[in-house]
Amino acid sequence: MHLPDGDGEVKSPPESMATAPKVGVYVCHCGLNIAGKVDVERLVEFASTLPDVAVARDYRFMCSDPGQELIQQDIRDGLVNRVVVASCSPLMHEATFRGATAAGGLSPFLFQMASIREHVSWVTADGEEATEKAEALIAGAVRRVALHEDLERRQAPVLPDVLVVGGGIAGIHAALTMAEAGKRVYLVERESTIGGHMAKFDKTFPTLDCSACILTPKMSAVRSNPNITLWTYSDVVGVEGFTGNFTVRVRHRPRYVREDLCTGCLACIDACINKKAKVRDEWNEGLGKRKPIYIPFPQATPPVVVVDPDECIWFKTGKCPRTCVDACERDAFDFEQREEFDEVKVGAIVLATGFKTFDASRIFEYGYGRYPNVYTSPEVERLLNAAGPTQGEIEMRDGGRPKTVGIIHCVGSRDVKYNSYCSRVCCMYSLKLAHLIRERSGAEVYNFYIDMRAPGKGYEEFYWKLLQEGTHFIRGRVAEVTDEAMSKEEEGRLVIRAEDTLIGFVRRVPVDMVVLAVGLEPQSDAEQVRRLFNISCGGEGFFTERHPKLAPVSTFTDGIFLAGACQGPKDIPDSVAQAGAAAAEVLAMVDRGAVELEASTAFVDAAACSGCRTCVALCPFGAITYDAERKVAAVNEVVCKGCGICVGACPSGAAQQHLFTDQQILSEIEGVLQYV
Amino acid sequence: MTYAFFPGCSALGTGRSYVESLVAVLEKLGSGLNELEDWNCCGATAWPSVDDVKAVALSARNLALAEEANPGTDPVDVVAPCAGCYRALLKAERALEERGEVSERVDFALQTVGLRSERRARTRHPLDVLVNEIGVTRIGAAVTRPLDGLKVACYYGCLVVRPYATFDDTRDPTSMDRLVRAIGGEPIDWSMKTRCCGGSCYCGGPLIGAMPEATLQLSHELVKEAKKLGADVIATVCPLCAFNLEGFQDRMSREFGETLEVNVGFITQLLGLALGLDERTLGIHRMLRWNLPESRRAAQGGVHAPA
Repeated sequence: MHLPDGDGEVKSPPESMATAPKVGVYVCHCGLNIAGKVDVERLVEFASTLPDVAVARDYRFMCSDPGQELIQQDIRDGLVNRVVVASCSPLMHEATFRGATAAGGLSPFLFQMASIREHVSWVTADGEEATEKAEALIAGAVRRVALHEDLERRQAPVLPDVLVVGGGIAGIHAALTMAEAGKRVYLVERESTIGGHMAKFDKTFPTLDCSACILTPKMSAVRSNPNITLWTYSDVVGVEGFTGNFTVRVRHRPRYVREDLCTGCLACIDACINKKAKVRDEWNEGLGKRKPIYIPFPQATPPVVVVDPDECIWFKTGKCPRTCVDACERDAFDFEQREEFDEVKVGAIVLATGFKTFDASRIFEYGYGRYPNVYTSPEVERLLNAAGPTQGEIEMRDGGRPKTVGIIHCVGSRDVKYNSYCSRVCCMYSLKLAHLIRERSGAEVYNFYIDMRAPGKGYEEFYWKLLQEGTHFIRGRVAEVTDEAMSKEEEGRLVIRAEDTLIGFVRRVPVDMVVLAVGLEPQSDAEQVRRLFNISCGGEGFFTERHPKLAPVSTFTDGIFLAGACQGPKDIPDSVAQAGAAAAEVLAMVDRGAVELEASTAFVDAAACSGCRTCVALCPFGAITYDAERKVAAVNEVVCKGCGICVGACPSGAAQQHLFTDQQILSEIEGVLQYV
Repeated sequence: MTYAFFPGCSALGTGRSYVESLVAVLEKLGSGLNELEDWNCCGATAWPSVDDVKAVALSARNLALAEEANPGTDPVDVVAPCAGCYRALLKAERALEERGEVSERVDFALQTVGLRSERRARTRHPLDVLVNEIGVTRIGAAVTRPLDGLKVACYYGCLVVRPYATFDDTRDPTSMDRLVRAIGGEPIDWSMKTRCCGGSCYCGGPLIGAMPEATLQLSHELVKEAKKLGADVIATVCPLCAFNLEGFQDRMSREFGETLEVNVGFITQLLGLALGLDERTLGIHRMLRWNLPESRRAAQGGVHAPA
């Protein structure tokens, strides 16, 4: 798009409003998408009989270059001064056809779209009914477009800095990519270290490379990159503004140790008055213990210890010799630390807030929480990790080593009672766990699966490798895990009951250890985050992308992008790819330097405004101010997003919106109804 | 409180002692049962697999009778003690509630016999009434002969909490366990609470006639597990469960080479004993085996209420 010089405003070529409307109607076949149901020739005939219509044409693909050229040529020939395209929905191609209209020399706002694909051909069974409905929609569009006016187009500068929320692999990759392009990046992570789920794994599928070995260099790079400001133990508490111009408020929670002084020598942890670690260690999924002063894992980034005030004796009783403070050579302790806040201004935001795993205790019949030797996959990841609670040994809660292990797939996934979607990663990580368990313990491993899903580079080959290694695969959803023994062999063990759908009968497989391959779910506070950043989410709670295929990392809120599993279940390669894509989108936007603002904004007719201020309170963007002197409301059209809430709410009809004036809407309705 | 009462066919036969003890216990606790006049089969036979409309219509007629007998009452609580009946009536209630094609035809059928469903009837299971209406506190307070630590395997069966009921958890029901605790018994912790007894009531009728080997295996699993875990008695809430678990123990013993001899009774019988009712009133003389351990048998006169 052409960038303006000087004042940042583009004026379209002058349009003589006095000229009588000459409407061009262009009916798209969309291959057979529309023409297969709707009689397009009849639509053209119909359109040419409508008042004000100068030209009516049809074409196989209006969005193609020759299709757009039809419009431009008619404008250049002086045949039309208003354009109606009857095709798909505006969400799909409004920008395309506005562009074609402008390229022909008209204002892009002298255009209207009639959605005869999404609203007609795709959703109507009968061809005759479909054609009639399409006629009505075209008639409405023609009536409406005659009243369209040119609108002022404004641009706003884009601030160059970027915010990334979430320091898992997606957030890390996005932050590094943008920082390497020279942008200042604020990376906010709520845990005390970045690394996310990936930092907890021992190996990654299908290559079985060491998770820490490939992740920790990137974590260090984040810390050492001068363009990245890393804020851990922090969360975003406020977001204001609009694309290109966000103001973000970040809260830093106290760790009672100064980040600028602590070097991560860990002397304080040894010196803690609690000689034994007694606190449940969340990092190890509760399988290990930590002290009240701790660091989640050796390569934590930043390598700064955290004091847990709920467990620290000083905080609980005020009486402690504070041996930790004495042990610190850097004087890094500050027990008076309070929450602190920062405010930053950024042009774009990447959300990489990740996922949580399904709570396995919700499925009673799988026995998690009832039988100690039933584990979730995240727990087993920690058991297998050399830095985990058992140093990589598969030692069960009762101290025993399993000879037989059953892995149950699709726990909480592909199940209408819990989540109907496939969590995408469980088949592959179950294969990985099966391989590692066999390798470490020599145990026989049984995988109970519904369908084996291995669509990825090297994934099917990995499955094949497991088959050859002698891992058992039983196709059938597990009915229950029980301690009820039917034979001597089952006595004292866990029995997995499942219908083996390949051989056609119910099997009982006695095992020593059960691993539940839990699915991926949105974070428990995804709803609050969604509201904070004003984006949308699907029924299952994952954030919604702007378009599932063509805008997979954008959101419906301009300037806010998605990366990783917050958008839906994803493995590491996909998360990284998406993070790179989000970074590229941000760079494109920031380097463009300016964003075009919504032209269809609201405005207040001061003469009609009673000063009731209903609209001021309702505006979600804070775009309306009240002029106390004149006793009227006024819309800041730079901030207005054109949502129309004030227009609908205004009791006196003073609030109106460009392209949605009463006159325009009523004309469209009249046009539709006239031909129904 | 008096409830409309749908006894179901088994109340006249194998489930007679269940109904006798239920009536006696509710009366003791100040509630009454008003048997529906001219009630008919609940439809939980082969009908659901053959013709849904007829299956629903059978139950719907019973619900309509309950509404007719209780004009102006909303909801009309209909107590159905048999798990099969309970499930069938609940299913009809649901189908009527949905007001779809089935309910339209059922409404028409009811109309032709001069009845109408106003969707006021609400099916209740005795466990639901005992725990959620009367309450374990009141029941505990009424105990005169606590069960003295009797070990009870609470067996709910598959249909009481599945697929429609909402009064208890569908996988891990606890209402019967709470009742047992309230009367001084000790519910055993076992994983078989809702396993199929082999009656296969939901799948089209008693399997013991058609595929006895399947029934025997399923009921054997339950009985031997209860025995292994040291249960003195298996408490049931369904005549068919009781019939399967109690009636075929000698065959199970022969088939699986293990002498079982486990007491099977209805929870209402245990409640009745704890409330001081005599065995004959509770239909205990009708049970095939009733041999509770002397020390844990309901102590005459009541020593002290359980903690």
